[in-house]
Amino acid sequence: MITLLFDGLAYGMLLFILSCGLAVTLGLMNFINLAHGAFAMAGGYATVILTNRLGMPFLLTLPVAFVIAAAVGWVLERTLYIRMYEKSPLDQVLFSIGLVFMAVSGVDYLMGSQQQILHLPDFLRGRVEVFGVGIGIYRTFLIVVCGVLALALQLAVTRTRFGSRLRAAVDDRRVARGVGIPVKTVFAVTFAVGSGLAGLGGALGAEILGLDPSFPLKFMVYFLIVVSVGGTSSMAGPLYASILLGVADVLGKYYVPELGGFVIYAVLVVVLVVRPQGLFARAS
Amino acid sequence: MTTVLETRNLRKDFGALKATQDVSFRLEAGARHALIGPNGAGKTTFINLLTGVLKPTSGEIFLNGDDITSVRRDRRVARGLVRTFQINQLFGKLNVAESIGLVISERRGHGRDWWRFAGKLPGIADEIAQLATDFGLDSVLDQPCAGLPYGKQRLLEIALAIAAKPKVLLMDEPAAGVPEADRHEVLDRISALPSDVSILLIEHDMDLVFNFASRISVLVGGALFAEGTTAEIANDPRVREVYLGGGDE
Amino acid sequence: MAKTDMTPNGAKVVKIMRRPVRWSLAEIAFWLLAVASVFLLPGQHLILTEIAGLAILALSLDLILGYAGVVSLGQAAMYGVGAYAAGLYAIHVTGEPLSGLLVGAAAGAVIAFATSFLLLRGADLTRLMVTLGVAAVLFEVANKAAWLTGGADGLQGIWIDPILGLFDFDLEGHTGYVYSLTVLFVLFVIARLVVNSPFGYSLKAVRDNPLRASAVGVPVNARLVAVYTLSGAYAGIAGALFTQTQQFISLDVLSFQKSADGLMVLTIGGPGYLYGGMIGALAYKLIQDALSGFTPQYWQFWVGLLLVIFVLVGRDRPRQFVIDVMARLRGGKGGAQ
Repeated sequence: MITLLFDGLAYGMLLFILSCGLAVTLGLMNFINLAHGAFAMAGGYATVILTNRLGMPFLLTLPVAFVIAAAVGWVLERTLYIRMYEKSPLDQVLFSIGLVFMAVSGVDYLMGSQQQILHLPDFLRGRVEVFGVGIGIYRTFLIVVCGVLALALQLAVTRTRFGSRLRAAVDDRRVARGVGIPVKTVFAVTFAVGSGLAGLGGALGAEILGLDPSFPLKFMVYFLIVVSVGGTSSMAGPLYASILLGVADVLGKYYVPELGGFVIYAVLVVVLVVRPQGLFARAS
Repeated sequence: MTTVLETRNLRKDFGALKATQDVSFRLEAGARHALIGPNGAGKTTFINLLTGVLKPTSGEIFLNGDDITSVRRDRRVARGLVRTFQINQLFGKLNVAESIGLVISERRGHGRDWWRFAGKLPGIADEIAQLATDFGLDSVLDQPCAGLPYGKQRLLEIALAIAAKPKVLLMDEPAAGVPEADRHEVLDRISALPSDVSILLIEHDMDLVFNFASRISVLVGGALFAEGTTAEIANDPRVREVYLGGGDE
Repeated sequence: MAKTDMTPNGAKVVKIMRRPVRWSLAEIAFWLLAVASVFLLPGQHLILTEIAGLAILALSLDLILGYAGVVSLGQAAMYGVGAYAAGLYAIHVTGEPLSGLLVGAAAGAVIAFATSFLLLRGADLTRLMVTLGVAAVLFEVANKAAWLTGGADGLQGIWIDPILGLFDFDLEGHTGYVYSLTVLFVLFVIARLVVNSPFGYSLKAVRDNPLRASAVGVPVNARLVAVYTLSGAYAGIAGALFTQTQQFISLDVLSFQKSADGLMVLTIGGPGYLYGGMIGALAYKLIQDALSGFTPQYWQFWVGLLLVIFVLVGRDRPRQFVIDVMARLRGGKGGAQ
C-alpha cells in the first residue's frame, strides 16, 4: 500500500512537471494548447537518443532535453502561437491538433513507431527496503527532482521580478501592458520555460510513462485534467491535482485493474459536474 | 391604480460592493416611469435583477402579484416582463425579418416547432412587416443585424422587445449613442408605444426623461433616494444637488 | 401561401423568409452530382461510402457548432456509441439494417442527452474539455468492457441483412454507397427543415447572442439540450452506418482522432450552412487519398500542416468562396425569372 502511494506520488510529481507549463499557458494566454505533449515528447526523444545512441550520461541529458524543448517552444511561440492568441478557442484547438498530428507523424517517420527503451544508469535502478517497504530508487529520484523543481517554480513565481510580472499579466493582460510590463516577452519566456519543463518531464518520464510517437495524444487528457482540476491561478493547484491524479491512477490500476484509466476520466467528469464554473475561473 | 411590478427590499452585493440596497419599488399599470441616477448608481444592476440576469442577494420581485424572484428569464418574458439593453444585443448573423420573426414565434409558443419552416407560421409575415414598418426598418428587412447602421440597430433593439408583446417594458437608455439626427426617430417610437404597456425608462438625457415620464425615481449608490412626480423631482433641491448638479439646466 | 390581403411589406417578408428554404440551382446541382457519382464512379464506391459517413458525422457537429455555437471535441462519443449499439443489435437481435440505424440514433441521442447538462454552463474552453472528457470516459469503458465490445480486438461477427430484404451488401460497396448516400440525403433534408424552422431560428438566436435570446423569451438551456440530443442522434446514425457498411468495429470509433476528424471536416467546409460537412468530407478524403498516395504512412503529417496553414490563413475563406458562388447562382436564377 505504501509502495503504491509512493509510486503514485512519484507519478503525480512527474505529471506536475509535465503539465505546469500548460497551466500557465492556459492561465496567461487563455489558450488550449493540445500540442503541449509534443514538447514533452521532444524532450523524451532527446534524452533517449543522447543516452542510447551517443552514450551521454543520463543526468547530463536532462538539462539538454529541457533546453531543446524550450528552444522549440520559443521558436514556435514567436512564429506561430503568437498569431493565434486573438483567435477563437475553436481555431486554437484546430491549430494545436494540426501541430500534434505533425509531431506524431514526424517522430514516427524519423524514429519509427516502436516504443523507445531508455537505459537508466545502474545507480538509479532497483529498489531498497525501508522499514519493510519497497521503495524504487528511480521513483525517489523523481520525487526529489520534481519536488525541488516545484519549489523552485513556486519561488520563481512568488519571489522574483519576472514572477510578479507574470502574475500581473495573468490577472489582466491589458492592465499589465498599461503599466509597462513587456507582455509579449513575458509570454514568450513563459511559453519557452513551460515547454522546457514539459521536455524535462518527458525525459524523466520516458522510463515509466513509455515513449512512442503517440505520446502527445495518449497524455493529452491527463494534462488537461491536471489543469482543469487544479485551476490556473497558482502553482499549488496543479501540483495538488497532479498528485491526486497520480495516486488515484496508480491505486485505481492496482486495485480495480478492470476499470483502468477509467478512474482518471471519472475524476475529470466528477470535477466538471461539481465545479463546472470554477474550472476556468479566469477564462472570460 | 394597480401595481404591475414591485420589488421588496431587493438587495444585491458584489462582494463588498452593495450594488442594490433594500430597494422597494412599485411600477403602476400604464405608468411612464423614469429611473434616473448618477453613473454607477446601480440602475442597470436593478434591471438585471428584475429580468433575472442577476440573482438578488435578498428580497423579492413581484409581477402582477406573483413572486417571480426565482422564475427563469425566459419565463419572465412569457409573463410579459421584457427589457431592452443599453448596449445593443442583436442577433448578428440573422437579418431583421428573421430576428423579429423568431421573437414572435417564440411568443406564440412555436419555439419548439421543428417540422415546418418559420416563414409558414400563419400571419407571421404580416406581423413582422407591421412591426418593421412601425420602427422604420422596412427598408432593411433582409439585411443582417450586424451590418445595420447604428441608428437602425437601436430601433431594432427596441422592436425586438416590442415583438415579445410586453406588459411591462424596461428600457435601458434607449437613446444611448444615437446621433442627434436619428434621435427623434427613436424617441417617436418610444412615445408611440401603446398606453397599456407599463414602461420603466432608465435614461441620462433629462430632456427625454421630462418629456416622457410622469413619475421619476432617483437611485443613488444603489438605494432609492427620492421618488415623485416629474414636477416634484424637478423641484426637489436634494435631487438637484446630487444628480442635476446644482443650478445648471 | 400567397394571401390576397397581404401588405406589400408582408409579401417582402415572405420572400425573405423563403429564401433559405428554396432549393437553389447550386443545391440541385450538388445532389445531381451526388446521384451521378453512383453511376459514373462505380470503382470509387468504397471511398465514397467513407465520405458520406464522414459527412454525416460533420453534419451532426454542424447542428451544434454551426447553428447553436456549441464547440465540441467529443462527437466521437455519440458516433462510437451509435456504432457499438448498431453492431450489438446486429449480433444479438437482428441484422435488419434500417432498425439498426434507429438503434444507433437512439443510443447517440441518449448519450448526448445525458451529457448535455454538463455543457450548459461554462464557456468554450470548458465545453471543449467536457466533451473531450466524456469521449475519453466512453473510450475507456469500451476498452475495458471487452466481454461486450471486443475491447482492443474490435467487435466482430457482425452480419447485416439485405436492405428491405432486397439489396445485399456487396464487396465493391455499391449497395453500401447508395444506402449511405440515401441516409445522408434524408438526414440533410431533415436538418434543412430543422434549421429553418422556428426551433432552428431560436437556436441561431442562442448562437448569435444567448443573453438576448433569453431576454426575448427563448429558453436557452432547453434548446441547447434539444439540439445536442438531436446532434447525438445524427452522430449515432453516422456510427451505425459505419458499422453496417464495414461490418467491423474497432475502438477507433470512440477515439479522439474520430472527434478531431469530424471537427476538421466541418471547419474545412465551413459550419453554418449544412453543406460544409459534405464539402469538407470530400475535400478531406481527397487530400488524404492524394497524400497517402505518395507517402502512405505519414499522410497525417501533411494533414496537420494543412490544418495549421488553414487556421493561420483564416478558415472563413473557403466557406466564403462557396457562399459567394451560391449567392451568384441564386442571383442568376432570380434574374432569369
